[in-house]
Amino acid sequence: MNAPTLTSPPQAPAKRGDAIGAFLEQEYVAGFETRLETDSVPKGLSEDIVRTISARKGEPEWLLEWRLEAYRHWLTMTPPVWAAVQFPPVDFQDIVYYSAPKSKKDGPKSLDEVDPELLRTFEKLGVPLHERARLAGVAVDAVFDSVSVATTFKKELGEHGIVFCSFSEAVKEHPELVRQYLGTVVPPGDNFYAALNSAVFSDGSFVFIPKGVKCPMELSTYFRINARDTGQFERTLIIAEEGASVSYLEGCTAPMRDENQLHAAVVELIALDDAKIKYSTVQNWYPGDKDGKGGIYNFVTKRGDCRGARSHISWTQVETGSAITWKYPSVILRGDDSVGDFHSVALTNNLQQADTGTKMIHMGRNTRSTILSKGISAGRGSNTFRGLVRVTPRAEGARNYTQCDSLLIGDRCAAHTFPTIEVRNPSAHVEHEATTSRIGEDQLFYAMQRGISAEDAVSMIVNGFCREVFKELPMEFAVEAQKLLGVSLEGSVG
Amino acid sequence: MSEIDTWVARQRERAAHLPGAALPWLTRRRADAIARFADLGWPTSRLEAWRHTSLAFLEQQALAAPDSAAHPAATLAALRAAFDDGGHWLVFVDGQFAPTLSVIGTLPTGVTVSALSEAFNTAPDAVEAAFGTADDSASPYALNLALCGDGAFVRLARGTALEQLLHLVFIGATGAADSHLRNLIVADANSEASIVEHHVGGGATLGTVVTRVQAAQDARITHVKLQQQDAQAIHVAQIEAEQARGSHFASHSLSFGARLARNDIHTRFDGEGCETLFNGLYHVDGRRHVDHHTLIEHAMPLGTSREYYRGLVDGNARGVFAGRIIVAQDAQRTDAVQRCDNLLLSKLAEADARPELEIYADDVKCAHGATVGQIDEDALFYLRARGIDEVHARQLLTYAFAAEVIERIAHDALRKHARTALLARLPGGAMLEELL
Repeated sequence: MNAPTLTSPPQAPAKRGDAIGAFLEQEYVAGFETRLETDSVPKGLSEDIVRTISARKGEPEWLLEWRLEAYRHWLTMTPPVWAAVQFPPVDFQDIVYYSAPKSKKDGPKSLDEVDPELLRTFEKLGVPLHERARLAGVAVDAVFDSVSVATTFKKELGEHGIVFCSFSEAVKEHPELVRQYLGTVVPPGDNFYAALNSAVFSDGSFVFIPKGVKCPMELSTYFRINARDTGQFERTLIIAEEGASVSYLEGCTAPMRDENQLHAAVVELIALDDAKIKYSTVQNWYPGDKDGKGGIYNFVTKRGDCRGARSHISWTQVETGSAITWKYPSVILRGDDSVGDFHSVALTNNLQQADTGTKMIHMGRNTRSTILSKGISAGRGSNTFRGLVRVTPRAEGARNYTQCDSLLIGDRCAAHTFPTIEVRNPSAHVEHEATTSRIGEDQLFYAMQRGISAEDAVSMIVNGFCREVFKELPMEFAVEAQKLLGVSLEGSVG
Repeated sequence: MSEIDTWVARQRERAAHLPGAALPWLTRRRADAIARFADLGWPTSRLEAWRHTSLAFLEQQALAAPDSAAHPAATLAALRAAFDDGGHWLVFVDGQFAPTLSVIGTLPTGVTVSALSEAFNTAPDAVEAAFGTADDSASPYALNLALCGDGAFVRLARGTALEQLLHLVFIGATGAADSHLRNLIVADANSEASIVEHHVGGGATLGTVVTRVQAAQDARITHVKLQQQDAQAIHVAQIEAEQARGSHFASHSLSFGARLARNDIHTRFDGEGCETLFNGLYHVDGRRHVDHHTLIEHAMPLGTSREYYRGLVDGNARGVFAGRIIVAQDAQRTDAVQRCDNLLLSKLAEADARPELEIYADDVKCAHGATVGQIDEDALFYLRARGIDEVHARQLLTYAFAAEVIERIAHDALRKHARTALLARLPGGAMLEELL
């Protein structure tokens, strides 16, 4: 995915006077806005709004009831305050909970019917929606504000019995599957933002891989927030039946705005016996400007359930965007011999704050988990790793290895590590290692002495620092992620 | 009963008779402290710092004076026998200074060692400066301030050194259902001392201890705490150190006894180039519970801290470690290492570890690690291949795991005493003692 060139001219290098300063000044490139007619609901949240969203989407009665129950529960909850992030309280009545690009009544039947303006937007972002995208070999579900605008390669996937469609479509076409699995990993009352999402979620992706099928291509969702004052509340549900496997990618961007926008998504993964789900995220929501104005609040609940024996769920995330990130992709290792992985690169620059990490709950026998977290703080950014590894009494032979490393760039940034280990079975082996360091003058000197420019040297060192995580990403994403790190770091080395 | 109101009433009743009651500043601080305690109540698991160790049960529990068979003099004699090099002994029974049992040898000029109850009269100004307030303390330590009347008061003038160990012995006999002690250690520039706290005997059902250490420039203070109370004691203790430029503070905490033991250990680097060592070992079995919460605050540049904790958790017991290292924005060139390792020795044991790093400076070297596991199978195999049966091999490896902490205690007699205390707790200890 190539970044568009729609940026303001590059800023003057930072006053540090060296080339590294310039490197860190690069700007957000996906910050343009698309002018489209939209179909939105009024600002604010009430039972009526929940009913309206449900009605606009033509949902069955049970789903409306489910939403309302979540909404009523949400009213009794208060936003979590334990994370190491600071922001003024969010006014939940000042948000538009549903916004969709206006389109023909029945929605586009094929790509030719999709609003060309929309296609151009995704083209600009480097997301291949056209058939020529076949070359890229990735099936894409593109979500624009609250709704899914296009899903590619549906037919080819259908031949394998794979369901890959927008969530709304899944509710219509496969209600029994949705009903069976929705909310079984992240219950509607799980936490404040999950409850909010359950009440107002608008769209998202639905993936079902039937028994024994190995998904022949990468599946991907691209999320774009466009409209002003809207929040995006998508819901993704991925089910891999016995012996199935799938690799799923997720990318996101938003226009540059002075106001903060809320993104509260829920992702549920379910892996039955011998199934494997690999979920990769490159998160590049608008991070706000250099003074911390604007940007997305990314409050996301992601959880995978290794329900079957020998199942495997793997989370890989590259978090470079968002003003505030609050995100803990977790795995419940219920099945015997199941495996959970978490690989993360989180970068905060300027005034970005990230509180992210994972939970590995070992319940089955001989379950294994690996946590690899790389945090990079630059400018005045604050980066927190928060993790929990719990071994329950029944989890005989559980094994966990955790490594979290922090890299500090600049003397105004912060890096925190808050892991928790709770072990209730003596046969378990749990290890946690963490280090914090900065880019050494000697490392830079070494590289520059060999004719490598300061920017390239920093980028090289940062990429080397993140290499173990990048190698977990599918190839196209790894390239994207490396570029993104270069972009996000501009202006912070000195 | 132990309800909050009962405590407030008890404090009101005792206040007039507590040592130092004539000092207006103390009366004021005690009143503030009990108000704070009444306000906060017992810490519950809803507080992040007390998540694994709630004291809420105290609200419902009557505190009865325990019965302990051993006579304090006998307990002390056994303890003193382990140290043939004399030393200074300041003894407290049931939270009160026992002058007849205490033996203070010849002290260098400039060194003061006395009971706090005496120091209120002899050095009220120095006590006031070192006493501390309850303004930010957790509720058990506010309660301590409101009710404490005794403890040790140690003052080291500039450049003085206490050659021999200073033993502070706290013996629980039969006298009281609760005891509240406060130790003040004021070390002027360039002074040096090693101070050992022994907590032995029945102990009060609830005992709170606050030890405050002020280390001025280049002072070197070693603090060793050996907690070997009987199995019904509830021990809640805090060690608070403040370090000036170039000072060195070592805290060794060996927690072997009590039904519930909670230790909050905290040091702050107020000057450049401070060093600290936090070294700890806990062994819990039965239904017992031990919790260490440590905090090292690197507030100034060029500080070095090393923290090593190890835990042996057996039976139905629970061992908790939460260590936090904060590196402030100005604390460039900090070097901090923190490790916590736990051995789970039974099916029902639980170990919780929270090693936390909070870093606001960039030119730092910080690393932490935590493990929970069992004895390494390869090591076991190695010993068995050499003809040592499995039971003994396990005992040997368990001891070796714990001994690493004890070996960091520099003083010979003290290290030997700690080793004996550990071996007495471990299965096969007699066999191991022979081997060593």
